Amino acid sequence: MKTNTYIGMPAVRIDGKAKVTGAAEFIDDLDFGPDLLYAAIVESPHAHAAINGIDTRGAAQVPGVVRVVTGKDFPFRFGLYMHDRYIFAQDRVRFVGEQVAAVIARDPAAARRAALLVKVDYTELPSILAVDSALAKDAYLIHPELRNYKHVPWFFPAGGTNIAHIRKVRKGDVAKAFRDADAVFEDTYTVPRYAHCAIEVHGAVGLYDNSDRLTVWTASQSPYTQRHLFAEALAPLGLSHKDIRVITPFIGGGFGGKAGVSMEIMGAALATAVKGRPVKVLWSREQEFYNTYQRQGLTARLRVGLKKDGTIVAMDNTLNWDAGAYVEYGANVVNAAGLSASGPYNIPHVSIDSVCIYTNLPPGGPYRGFGYSEFLFGLESHLNEIAKKMHIDPVELRRKNAIREGDILNYGGKMNANGLLEAIDKTAEAIGWGDRKQPADPRKASGKGFALFWKAPAMPPNASSSAVLKFNEDASINILVSGMEIGQGLLTVLAQIAAEVLTVPPEKIRVETPDTDRNPYEWQTVGSHVTWGCGRAVENAAIDAREQIFDLVERALGLPRTSLYLERETVRSRTDASFSLALRDFIIAGIAQRDGSYRGGPVIGRGMFMPEFTSALSDPETSQGGHPNVHYTVGASAVEIEVDRETGKITIPKAVLAVDVGRAINPDLVNGQITGGLVQGIATVLYEDMRFDGKGKLLNPNFTDYKIPTALDIPGEIVPIIIEVPQKDGPFGARGVGEHTMIPAAPMIANAVEDALGIRIRSMPITAEKIILTMEKP
Amino acid sequence: MKQEIRFRLNGEEVALELRPNEILLEVLRDRLGVRSPKCGCDRGDCGTCTVMIDGRTVRSCLVLAVEVNGRSVTTLEGLMHDGLTPLQKALIERNAYQCGFCAPGMILSASELLAKNPHPDEDEIRKALAGNLCRCTGYSPVIEAVALAGKETGSGGRAS
Repeated sequence: MKTNTYIGMPAVRIDGKAKVTGAAEFIDDLDFGPDLLYAAIVESPHAHAAINGIDTRGAAQVPGVVRVVTGKDFPFRFGLYMHDRYIFAQDRVRFVGEQVAAVIARDPAAARRAALLVKVDYTELPSILAVDSALAKDAYLIHPELRNYKHVPWFFPAGGTNIAHIRKVRKGDVAKAFRDADAVFEDTYTVPRYAHCAIEVHGAVGLYDNSDRLTVWTASQSPYTQRHLFAEALAPLGLSHKDIRVITPFIGGGFGGKAGVSMEIMGAALATAVKGRPVKVLWSREQEFYNTYQRQGLTARLRVGLKKDGTIVAMDNTLNWDAGAYVEYGANVVNAAGLSASGPYNIPHVSIDSVCIYTNLPPGGPYRGFGYSEFLFGLESHLNEIAKKMHIDPVELRRKNAIREGDILNYGGKMNANGLLEAIDKTAEAIGWGDRKQPADPRKASGKGFALFWKAPAMPPNASSSAVLKFNEDASINILVSGMEIGQGLLTVLAQIAAEVLTVPPEKIRVETPDTDRNPYEWQTVGSHVTWGCGRAVENAAIDAREQIFDLVERALGLPRTSLYLERETVRSRTDASFSLALRDFIIAGIAQRDGSYRGGPVIGRGMFMPEFTSALSDPETSQGGHPNVHYTVGASAVEIEVDRETGKITIPKAVLAVDVGRAINPDLVNGQITGGLVQGIATVLYEDMRFDGKGKLLNPNFTDYKIPTALDIPGEIVPIIIEVPQKDGPFGARGVGEHTMIPAAPMIANAVEDALGIRIRSMPITAEKIILTMEKP
Repeated sequence: MKQEIRFRLNGEEVALELRPNEILLEVLRDRLGVRSPKCGCDRGDCGTCTVMIDGRTVRSCLVLAVEVNGRSVTTLEGLMHDGLTPLQKALIERNAYQCGFCAPGMILSASELLAKNPHPDEDEIRKALAGNLCRCTGYSPVIEAVALAGKETGSGGRAS
């Protein structure tokens, strides 16, 4: 491997100082002056109801109220992958908390008071709160207009049902493979809904000024996607992309919850109702829980056929997703999971139905892992049960079937180079697989659990990234991108990539959060793809700048460009060791000629990246023929737990996670992803889940009743293991890692519980209460 | 009915007229422009609004502003009169934070601990940070940085 100066260095975050001094500004820290208006949202109290009429007269009379708007003011449908949402409910509400109207006032208290006075006349409709009732023959249709909705070409809605999309995979001859199998195991696993719980809530401030330009400040992972969706949704008002500007300051955590467009559409739309004045919509913590995207619930029926020696020959999975009231984003979670729900295994015969089902619960959507956490809980639990029944070591079963480079994927493509076997071996070693510890306390039982994981970015085939790199007089650099710093350290990693190409140290490079007027296009910061995609764009921009530098030196000084190279912010020559020209001496001002004229001018690099080899077109009945995924990141994880037999409480002395990141551009930041992701994953199995009452109302929309881990609730030790099998098309060989560190947590703990107590729990979460109740079952 | 209060904010004398029901967090952010304390839950669960009153941390979303009359309030801004504290330097060096939203509150909790107990062990640090929720880091890099600050300096934070 070529030695690098800045790649592979645990560089200090370039936004570190801003974040520990309070200098980092988040949406609610921005100052909009005394003219700022505030919106309060009128929400549906019903899971499913017809709206007969809305009386806003009382609200409009409250002192301080400037405007009251309802669905009638914005009769436009929108959505990311399927246009099934309205800005405000039209003739129907479909979940508890759905926005029905908004009151805009000069202060938040007046807006809230007035919102209580908006009278909405509802007729309740039958509400569907579970996938089984949604699939019943006589089920009430949540979206009777489904067949008319505009959607991406890789969705297949079933009009006249509550099925918004089915992703079907058919590979090989599954029926025959099951007939020929020596053993077949079938089981069902369920996963409830979860909340992202970024500590910062969602917010949006819109300003539609008197020159007809719309600026929206949002807490978002997706400034360009937001601009595009605002332009689409508000097109009837005569807005074009150039007139819309989205500015995204630092965000206080995203985890997928701030991808796409959820409540931000109201910031954009309400601004057009109060032209000339900024208007703010800021969610409360409760609204954050019930009216942003939620992680979808899943019921997974898994059937696996094996040979006597443990070779998996066939898999047949049906994944029924509780996708909620609107699936404009969530249907793509269902799609992505469907393509990959056989896990990181080489299985010749596969059948998968991944079914996106409307329910009258809040809209599902992206959450770190994008469906993989959910299906891996069942799959990796089930494989452990199979190993036990077949008397094969569970790690050995996984190693035997682990996918390798060149193996055929579910859609017919080939698996990329990867270090899965290395991850399995290193994880097994680090957790001491096979060594059994007896806890000192006799009331406690100990156990170990193991799980593999894989995940590909879920992106449209034309998702692209771009970058502009500007040199300053002192050869410091400003890089403009619209990849979003969501905590993962993107700004730092991009600085390191440019630093490596241009030999300018990262601390001399500034990368800031996006403004669509200034920063070039990025699709979205999701899917663990920006280090890879946006990183490639920055690498290309840096190469572009470097080539301009060499061109200029050749033209101005006559040195052959092929002899030139960069070293410590200086142009050097391989053929003339005495030549040395510092970047700062010409990068803006140019190179002086004998006659007093200059050659050159400001060097600005431009870079772009689009994965041109991908395609979402395939046979809808089999998924064969396309190339939907750019690559998979794989790894292994293991945990050691102690369970109190009397209380069911689990503690985790040690967890290990090995992930093949291709190349760790900043190992410190990769370790940060491993530590943070694992804890977030562990929380979904030990502490969290969303509870709804029989009328579809969320019962625990706060941190008292939906408990996320504190500093007292984390594993005793987390061992991060970085594996580097390069991704050929990644920047310096890097591939994504953000989501992967969360997704094996649930099954590995379930497997450790089984190891410790001999009980198999097939539903998340695995709380102390559930352990005791399961042990007491006759 | 408004009343006047006087208090020290990060070492400076402040006089304000306010209604008795105004919340300290809102007064600090919206009336005085001190934006490091954040609102994450508005009910005392998350700790992002943590500030110090007379050197002790409180959740400013649960404190009426009139209660600080005659007292001394410190926010993250007030720790930096002599530049970055050793704790802040350790947090930067350790790449401890990710999104950084919880940082201002958590740094005050850690600073309070280090002022009382310059060499805390891991257990003491975990307990001191347990009221500040973080969704990004898994806490351990922050815990390590606090331990590092304690080790290197004897007193990582200054509480006024």
